[in-house]
Amino acid sequence: MEKSDVKIGLEVHVQLTALKTKLFCSCPSDYRGKPPNTHVCPVCLGLPGALPVVNKKAIDYAIMVALALNSKINEKIIFFRKHYFYPDLPKNFQITQYDKAGGAPIALGGFLKINVNGKEKIIRIRRINIEEDPGKLVYPTGSIITSPYTLVDYNRSGIALLEIVTEPDMTSPAEARAFLNKLRSILEHLGVCNCELEGSMRADANISVAGGSRVEIKNIGSPKDVEKALAYEIVRQKQAISKGVTVKSETRHWDDLRKVTVPLRVKEEEQDYRYFPEADIPPIVVTRDYIEKIRKSMPELPDVRAKRFVKEYGLTEYEAQVLVMSKWLADFFEEALKYYSGKPRKLANILINDFLRWIHEKELEPNSIKAKPQHIAELLKLLDEKVISIKILKNILPEIIVQGKSPRKIILERNLVRISDRETIKKIVLEVFMEHKKSVHDALVNEKAVHYLIGQVMRKTKGKADPELTHEIVLEMLEKVRKGELKI
Amino acid sequence: MSVKAYRLEALEIVRNIKEGNLSITDVIEEFLERIERVEKKINAFITLRSKDELLQEAKIKDRLLKEGKARGLLFGLPIAIKDNISTRNLRTTCGSKILYNYIPPYDATVVKLLKEEGAIILGKTNMDEFAMGSSTETSFFGPTRNPWDLERVPGGSSGGSAAALASGEAPLALGSDTGGSVRAPASFTATVGLKPTYGLVSRYGLIAYANSLEQIGPMGRTVRDVALLLNVISKHDPYDGTSLKVKRPDYLESISKLYNLHRKVKIAVVKEMFEEGVSREVVAIVGSVVNKLVDEGFIVDEISIPIIKYALPTYYIIAMSEASSNLARYDGVRYGFRANVYGDWNEVFSETRGNGFGKEVKRRIIMGTFALSAGYFDQYYLKALKVRTLIIREFKKAFEKYSILISPTMPTPPFKLGEKIADPLAMYMSDIETVTANIVGIPAISIPAGFTKGKLPVGIQLMANYLKEDLLLTMAAFIEELTGLRNLIAEV
Repeated sequence: MEKSDVKIGLEVHVQLTALKTKLFCSCPSDYRGKPPNTHVCPVCLGLPGALPVVNKKAIDYAIMVALALNSKINEKIIFFRKHYFYPDLPKNFQITQYDKAGGAPIALGGFLKINVNGKEKIIRIRRINIEEDPGKLVYPTGSIITSPYTLVDYNRSGIALLEIVTEPDMTSPAEARAFLNKLRSILEHLGVCNCELEGSMRADANISVAGGSRVEIKNIGSPKDVEKALAYEIVRQKQAISKGVTVKSETRHWDDLRKVTVPLRVKEEEQDYRYFPEADIPPIVVTRDYIEKIRKSMPELPDVRAKRFVKEYGLTEYEAQVLVMSKWLADFFEEALKYYSGKPRKLANILINDFLRWIHEKELEPNSIKAKPQHIAELLKLLDEKVISIKILKNILPEIIVQGKSPRKIILERNLVRISDRETIKKIVLEVFMEHKKSVHDALVNEKAVHYLIGQVMRKTKGKADPELTHEIVLEMLEKVRKGELKI
Repeated sequence: MSVKAYRLEALEIVRNIKEGNLSITDVIEEFLERIERVEKKINAFITLRSKDELLQEAKIKDRLLKEGKARGLLFGLPIAIKDNISTRNLRTTCGSKILYNYIPPYDATVVKLLKEEGAIILGKTNMDEFAMGSSTETSFFGPTRNPWDLERVPGGSSGGSAAALASGEAPLALGSDTGGSVRAPASFTATVGLKPTYGLVSRYGLIAYANSLEQIGPMGRTVRDVALLLNVISKHDPYDGTSLKVKRPDYLESISKLYNLHRKVKIAVVKEMFEEGVSREVVAIVGSVVNKLVDEGFIVDEISIPIIKYALPTYYIIAMSEASSNLARYDGVRYGFRANVYGDWNEVFSETRGNGFGKEVKRRIIMGTFALSAGYFDQYYLKALKVRTLIIREFKKAFEKYSILISPTMPTPPFKLGEKIADPLAMYMSDIETVTANIVGIPAISIPAGFTKGKLPVGIQLMANYLKEDLLLTMAAFIEELTGLRNLIAEV
């Protein structure tokens, strides 16, 4: 695929899940799994006479995110009303921000560095808004088509959302995914969003392919799905263009189950949101001093942390970047180091090559991983002390990850301790020689057969035999065969 | 006691209760009797609390009094509340069909403060639908009549509160003022109504019409009663983002303290406010009060603020724009009237709003929606905001030299029911004197200035700089003494 013929821009909605309360009232913000319409009050239900009061902490968090994305924070933050009628929107307008008509969102401009296949790239940020989440429509049969009626749950109404809009600087689905992953790591490092929570990070993607027009894909749930949806859309659009069919400028929906994008049925007329200032919320003045105070209180961000990993632990740039791509993994690494006195790189490699790979294969989320950092440290120690072989390590890793069992316990229970006793191995080698007489003779002339024999020893010991010692003994005993001291 | 309790001013009732001269039960019973006698003619209330409930509350409060546990500036005092101020478990309709069955689950901050000070809520007073009107004729619950002349309107939109005061149905009341809705009815009923500085009184629980303009305002039959009520409701409220964090004086005390200083106060009459569209009789009556001030040794200058002629269109564009947004929430999904149709949400919303709102409300929603639409926004809404800024600047300039600005409150004496209802522009013109204070955000008060030959009340309006309610009330109290027009009750 030619890189330059695809342009992708993202509009990411992030819930500030670290807030205890909603954006404009003191209702608790942990609405997930709660009975419908129990986390509500006059304000988030839009009852007549109720007034919004801004959650100051939400502004602080938004400033942090803006700083982390190198954006310019406005000195005066102004809220606007965006009007549209919809049953999940209790006031039939959303309190949000606007960058025209005298409006001033939290921040404008900025950029984020991403890494794709070892190549660094800058993605520009257009603006960052703060706004309220609407409620949720509930279809009793689960489907909009078959449900005879619709219910509304306002528990989500008024949850604080950040809207982060990029310039169309991404040229591949992989870059879009990398952007979202990096953003997610930043949000996690700042501690403002637990992005694992369902619906806490949602994205709309704009994509245009050379020769086509701009298509918007709405409400995609995860970075992985953004990549899939965009990949699907590129193929769809390119096929259309190659057949001479015009690509319509339209809004599409990502069908998560069928893994396709489908056109959204929308009215032909253009929406007029009638943006105008929210007079119930006076402009919020943000002084330079205040911004600096927040900047100083900010935790370490992924890029700085990666640099520290290189300097402090001797990791390569690549290894460090992989680890900090998830705050959880980077924390796991540093925590495990407290229990491990060997080379940090060794630990990093186990985490990246074995631990992480397996987790990705199984598509596990951090919250389903039971392994504790000390388990991985212990596992590595067992390898260093030659109590287990690398093969055993790889074998038992999944069990540790899923069940959170201590490696030492698994090894003892399952009798997986490395066999490094010379006489024991000798006995097993002899057995193997008796069972594979032809291979023994082959081995006298062919190196490959030697490895086959070693493999058979490993098989017999379920990988427990010390590989170096086994190698040594096999050669020793082959020598004896050659000399006729051992008859096979 | 020879004097009926319903004829007493609020401060007197409170004092008599405290001193044990009046039991709260007697007070409530007397007001209930009075209401029974005159309410059919006046229609001041949309919802009255039941007799049983009121007497029960009175009994409890009498017992507290006896036990020495009576607390609060308004202990045992009945009060009427405009029906756009939320009252917990007490129907709040905004004078509209769309909220005809709405019972708020919470109290407005001002209601909470009233209850904390021991006031007894009598009921909810009639008003123009969503406070959109100057005559209380647009109410879904029928018009309120002026106690001084039942053929005439009491002004609006807080006409129910004003009529309740003027007819002796309540000693004290709350109204709300978006473009004159407290002052207009005060002027038409010979009562006193104050619109405070924007942000002085919490709007939490006030059902919004135009949120950047309106304030809840105290209403009474004397300036001191209004000051007493302001003392109760003027408080910073963390639930209202526009609530001012300023120290508030004791306004009753201010009146006594400032009373002797008042002659140093520089007064101006605003020329333009005595000109276009103001009836000669009104000019004469207000002018005679001004002359009395001059006789008292005040320096009263005439000043010109030409930009005032843009105040009315500016007000209506802003108010209608905000109204179109504030009233978007009435869709029948969560509360209130819901049209009996089954279809998609769009149909339900449209039918509900089409049937639930009255004509004037729909007119303002449509015009406001238009003013905010793409392509017209700059031309109307943004331009109105710019003019608003200019008007504010001119008033700030005027207040550099003068402390009090004087004008008529209403351009005419009370008009007849039905006289202007079919002509929206004529009705909008009645707000010409009052809207400026809302645009600028300054406090303004209306007190009786006199009566026409036809015995119709005429009010005088005083305006002061931001947060100068103390001075405003002091001057109003002085004028009240000059005219002798205080605590007036119409013989209904």
